Amino acid sequence: MSILGLYNYWVVVALMMAGLYIMIARYNLIKKIIGLGVFQTSIFYLYITMGKVHGGTAPILAEGYPLYSNPLPHVLILTAIVVGVATTAVALALIVRIYEEYDTIEEDELKSIELAEQES
Amino acid sequence: MDIAQQLPALVIVLPMLAAPLCVLIRHSALCWALSVFTSLLTFLSAFGLFNQVRADGVIRYAIGGWAAPTGIEYYVDMANASMLLLVSFISLIVLLYAYESVKKSVVKAKHYLFYAAWMLCLTGLLGITITGDAFNVFVFLEISSLSMYMLIAFGSNRRALTASFRYLIMGSIGASFILIGIGFLYAATGTLNMADMAGRIPDAEAQRAVLVAFSFLTIGLMIKSAVFPLHGWLANAYQYAPVAVTAFLAGTATKVSLYVLLRFFFSIFGTEYSFGYMLLNVVLLPAAIVSFILLSLVAIFQSDLKRMLAYSSVAQVGYIVAAFCLATEQGLTAGIVHIFNHGIIKTALFMSVGCMLFRLGHTHRNSLDNLISTMPFTVVAFIISGLGLIGVPLTVGFVSKFTLIGAAMEKGWWLVGALVLLSSLFAVIYIGRVIEIMLFRKVRVNEPAPVGMKEAPLSMLVPMYALIGVSIWFGVFGTTTLSVAREAALVLLGGYQ
Repeated sequence: MSILGLYNYWVVVALMMAGLYIMIARYNLIKKIIGLGVFQTSIFYLYITMGKVHGGTAPILAEGYPLYSNPLPHVLILTAIVVGVATTAVALALIVRIYEEYDTIEEDELKSIELAEQES
Repeated sequence: MDIAQQLPALVIVLPMLAAPLCVLIRHSALCWALSVFTSLLTFLSAFGLFNQVRADGVIRYAIGGWAAPTGIEYYVDMANASMLLLVSFISLIVLLYAYESVKKSVVKAKHYLFYAAWMLCLTGLLGITITGDAFNVFVFLEISSLSMYMLIAFGSNRRALTASFRYLIMGSIGASFILIGIGFLYAATGTLNMADMAGRIPDAEAQRAVLVAFSFLTIGLMIKSAVFPLHGWLANAYQYAPVAVTAFLAGTATKVSLYVLLRFFFSIFGTEYSFGYMLLNVVLLPAAIVSFILLSLVAIFQSDLKRMLAYSSVAQVGYIVAAFCLATEQGLTAGIVHIFNHGIIKTALFMSVGCMLFRLGHTHRNSLDNLISTMPFTVVAFIISGLGLIGVPLTVGFVSKFTLIGAAMEKGWWLVGALVLLSSLFAVIYIGRVIEIMLFRKVRVNEPAPVGMKEAPLSMLVPMYALIGVSIWFGVFGTTTLSVAREAALVLLGGYQ
């Protein structure tokens, strides 16, 4: 397969790296969660790409359509999407609580508040 | 229908059903009673499973009646039957202990959520252990992790929230890496069933996808089991979580991840591929050694007991991983036996620290002067399990360290054995210092005597001493655990049947 033929996988790599980079480089907690979302989406995309069969139809048994895509990755990814939504929900709930307690959701400010607390 | 045949499903279903029931009941004490009862039933089921496996060998349970490669299969052998026993036992003991401590540190209106999250966490941990399906591992991993973030955030200090959030970021990256790894394995082998996968890997080994899967799984599992340098999330999470949660997690969470590590490296990829071809020990052994040397040193300088024990946990994970790196039967036995022994000791230690926290309201090392005069039972519990952590003869710690050093010698890794001894010396320092303060340092004269200081309530002491009794039993009769661990090691090295 040529490099262009693998373009789905290039998209996966790009999204994955972008997501990881956002999680590492951004101090804002919401942005970190956005990064996590992008990162997880790239994994969903990876699975879906894996299940694609060239020239295959939707996986429904019917006369005259012998070739169909692998449905298993789709099922797995439905589960993974639910897990991703739950993770995002827990993370956002935590951010709300952090904002109530600290009045900020910037990682560097949180760190300086905690350092000041530790010294006193 | 014979109930004995349904035990693999019951182990998971019981706590899973208890969680929504807790949310429906909403009454604090009733939820606690329900959780204890469920934990007890789960423990009995795990015990039944363990006996069945010991008597008749491997149990394969097809969920919903769908046979193995198509459906999800629960696969119970010696290795995970004993892990199930450990996890359900620790959950039962710590839940019994948790009643008073949770009543004091968590707002009453939220108790039902606390116990519901606990039950979900237990479901997840048991599920990871029992399942024979790779994708199922990921699902249960996320169930346990999400409820863990919630349990940690219940801590009374507001820093519990940031600790939980940082763990969430690290934990989600780890779980995602595991998901990517499983995806590549599926692409390479075309199956998700672990036994099936193990059979097909030798043919697929040449593919780069297997190599990529191996790398992603290694990193993901290293994050989850807190191997140096990916242990960053652990210290804050353990320090700021409610102490019952810390005791539970210290004994189970990292241990279950280490079990998954074992399962993947030894049974699925196979010893030859992991250590012969991928040279896993070149990566893991230095990390493990730095873990148990450096983190033991770091523990010496911690003035908060919970934080000190958290760092010591990372050091102990280092021992276990070093034992795995030997990749021999003896080494694996040492690693598995230490998973058990450390699970029991560290839980007991956190429980005794919890008793101090309950009465004193803090756990600063330097203000525990002469604690023995006011809380003798708590202090004695700390000393006994502290000695176990160091590895004094007649304690469980001795059994596992003796086996570990013996295994290292057998392989000719003298340096590793010597370094294990060196880091045990550091443990003598950090545990010894606390014991010295609690026993011998006199309360300063001009300070007013603390008012209302007395021993922790009986409902906390009894479970703690039950656990310590178990640890002494396994310390004196170490051959029981060793023979179980050896059987488990043989099963893991032998791969799937």
